Amino acid sequence: MNALLPLIPFLPLLGFAVNGLFGKKLPKSLVGIIGSGTLLGAFILSVLCFQQLGANSEPIQSDLYRFLSVGGLDINFGLMADRLSVWMMLIVTGVGFLIHVYSIGYMHDDEGFYKFFAYLNLFIFSMLLLVMGTNFLMLFFGWEGVGLCSYLLIGFWYENREYGAAARKAFIMNRIGDLGLLLGMFLIFYTFGSLDYATVFAKLEGADPAVVTTICLLLFVGAMGKSAQIPLYTWLPDAMAGPTPVSALIHAATMVTAGIYLVARCNGMFEMAPYAQAVVAVVGLATSIFTALIGLRQNDIKKVLAYSTVSQLGLMFLSLGMGAYVSAMFHVTTHAFFKALLFLAAGSVIHGMGGEQDIRNMGGLRKHMPITFWVFLIGTFAISGFPLLSGFFSKDEIFAATFAHGGAIWWGLAAASGLLTAVYMSRLLYVTFFGEFRGTAEQKHHLHESPLVMTVPLMVLAVLSVVGGLLNTPHFLHLGNDQWLAHWFSGNGVNGTPIIPLAEMHLEVSTEWMLMGIASALAVLVLIVTYFLYSKPQNLPVADSEQQGLSKVLANKFYVDELYNFLFVRPTEYLSKIFHYYVDIWGIDGIVERTGSGVQALGGYFRRLQNGNIEYYLIGMVAGAVLLFLSMYL
Amino acid sequence: MLEIIRQVPVEYYVLYSAILFTIGVMGVLIRRNAIVVLMCIELMLNAVNLLLAAFSTYLSDSKGQLMVFFIMVVAAAEAAVGLGILIMIYRNTKSTDISLLDKLRN
Repeated sequence: MNALLPLIPFLPLLGFAVNGLFGKKLPKSLVGIIGSGTLLGAFILSVLCFQQLGANSEPIQSDLYRFLSVGGLDINFGLMADRLSVWMMLIVTGVGFLIHVYSIGYMHDDEGFYKFFAYLNLFIFSMLLLVMGTNFLMLFFGWEGVGLCSYLLIGFWYENREYGAAARKAFIMNRIGDLGLLLGMFLIFYTFGSLDYATVFAKLEGADPAVVTTICLLLFVGAMGKSAQIPLYTWLPDAMAGPTPVSALIHAATMVTAGIYLVARCNGMFEMAPYAQAVVAVVGLATSIFTALIGLRQNDIKKVLAYSTVSQLGLMFLSLGMGAYVSAMFHVTTHAFFKALLFLAAGSVIHGMGGEQDIRNMGGLRKHMPITFWVFLIGTFAISGFPLLSGFFSKDEIFAATFAHGGAIWWGLAAASGLLTAVYMSRLLYVTFFGEFRGTAEQKHHLHESPLVMTVPLMVLAVLSVVGGLLNTPHFLHLGNDQWLAHWFSGNGVNGTPIIPLAEMHLEVSTEWMLMGIASALAVLVLIVTYFLYSKPQNLPVADSEQQGLSKVLANKFYVDELYNFLFVRPTEYLSKIFHYYVDIWGIDGIVERTGSGVQALGGYFRRLQNGNIEYYLIGMVAGAVLLFLSMYL
Repeated sequence: MLEIIRQVPVEYYVLYSAILFTIGVMGVLIRRNAIVVLMCIELMLNAVNLLLAAFSTYLSDSKGQLMVFFIMVVAAAEAAVGLGILIMIYRNTKSTDISLLDKLRN
């Protein structure tokens, strides 16, 4: 297996190279087959790794070559698959494969078909590097690679200026986070003398807690950017400018969970830094509630899902901050299933509606797109925490950990965020699929169910969204596979200790039952109440101009974009104007231009000597000769 | 012949040819008629020739007179070319005034 390990990331890279270089001349069907086929290969290899790690938890490692060796810095281009990495690899390649297949149908009429698949494959390569690296630098390569692909794919339809601006926004905001990650890496190297996970985690014991706290906070800044947490979350909703499969793959299922992976990977560090953990928890919870509130009043089907993604990521960070790393990874997994499902189903709706994204112009799609409707329903119920679906289990674990670690108030706030999730998701479901169709007659005529190549991945994801929760059932249910994922992650990592040590939760069984009961009862209640609420036409979302009060504030996303614009963008523009006029034009250009004009002016004086008058030249010549003569003999 | 020439001191020759040369130079510098300018150039050349001939006689060295012939040949060629140019100038400008020839300016 060690020899085959490099194939996992390099198969998608091969797909990128082939599609990127020759894709224009290849038929679309072949491009699609290459794009998804390489990924299927990577997925199968990941499954093989998974099997081997199931039998023996020793990480599979493969150092390809020494990448960098300067002074004390010695970095290998090393790949590994331990139990945490292989888990991410399965999600990335598995969900990625389904989304690739779906894209064959979704992007079929697009001119940039081959380009799209090339970018997607490059993304998968980068993401695999990120999760398979044996050191922080490899992680950073992947980290930057996925950022680049995200930029390329958000701006995929770059003729639209707004989309281009969204791509730049995502790139710049990620760059702010990346600076934190980079500084964190510098500090890690400075403190531990290495960037290898194995060395760093082995040396953690004797490290200064204050330094570790600083490292954790810096790494978390990186995670904030990539995983869209307050204050760096505003790029993710705008990232919906990209094609829908991109939103599903990059901006919901995989890339945005890189921050979660980073924190989970460094759980040993965060355990040493309670202060950093508190910051993570507070930021996560605040993001979760804040963006869930915004999600309540969005009318773009993808924007609602985007805010929902940010909100769910907030919950994952809350879980990480509470020390429940397995719960966070569990939620990453189930979220990858149902959020990819929801996005792809939304893509199917957009496809059927001929590009329409505003839910106010939809309605009644249930009859026209039955498959899409059913999978969307499953996705909505799963994310809302409907009992026994995947989101129910993963969220319940997060809530329980929050209660155990933080107390009732934390639990209440987290549950409120979960409740809001159920509200905005059911609103989205009912407004889109129930009631009467509100679009144009032309759209109604055009309405159709998507082709099989799109609906089959949806159905697979729907099944996963239903059963995904069984990966990590709570022990008090006695289903026979209690805390399977937690045991899985407690396998040995590269430094010979458990990747995520098993944690005991100190809760009474009755308390756990109660928490689970309250959360699921609320979710079911919300799903029922909102059904009756949105079945009445007067409760449907109104036009932007008719928004009032708090609803208007929510629809305008709390004016955060405007605030950032006022606080950062405008001052920067103002500063750049000052520099432009005074430093560049007046200062630097001034020096250059005045040097030039000075020489020119001097030339103006001297050119009078060259007046074209022969006598004048001759007088000069004779005078010169006489002077020469006099100087020689006198 | 040699005696006759030597009756005049060599300083007189030097002075005379210096005067001739200066007249030539001043002519070139001051006059505007191209023909006169050409003549003045001839004058300068001949001032030098005179000096060469005088010293050649006084020093009984024929190399100086040899040089005089060379200069005369060159002067003849130069006058031919110069007059050729002059004719072309006259055809173009209907004048032999060299101060009009300032086309190189600007």
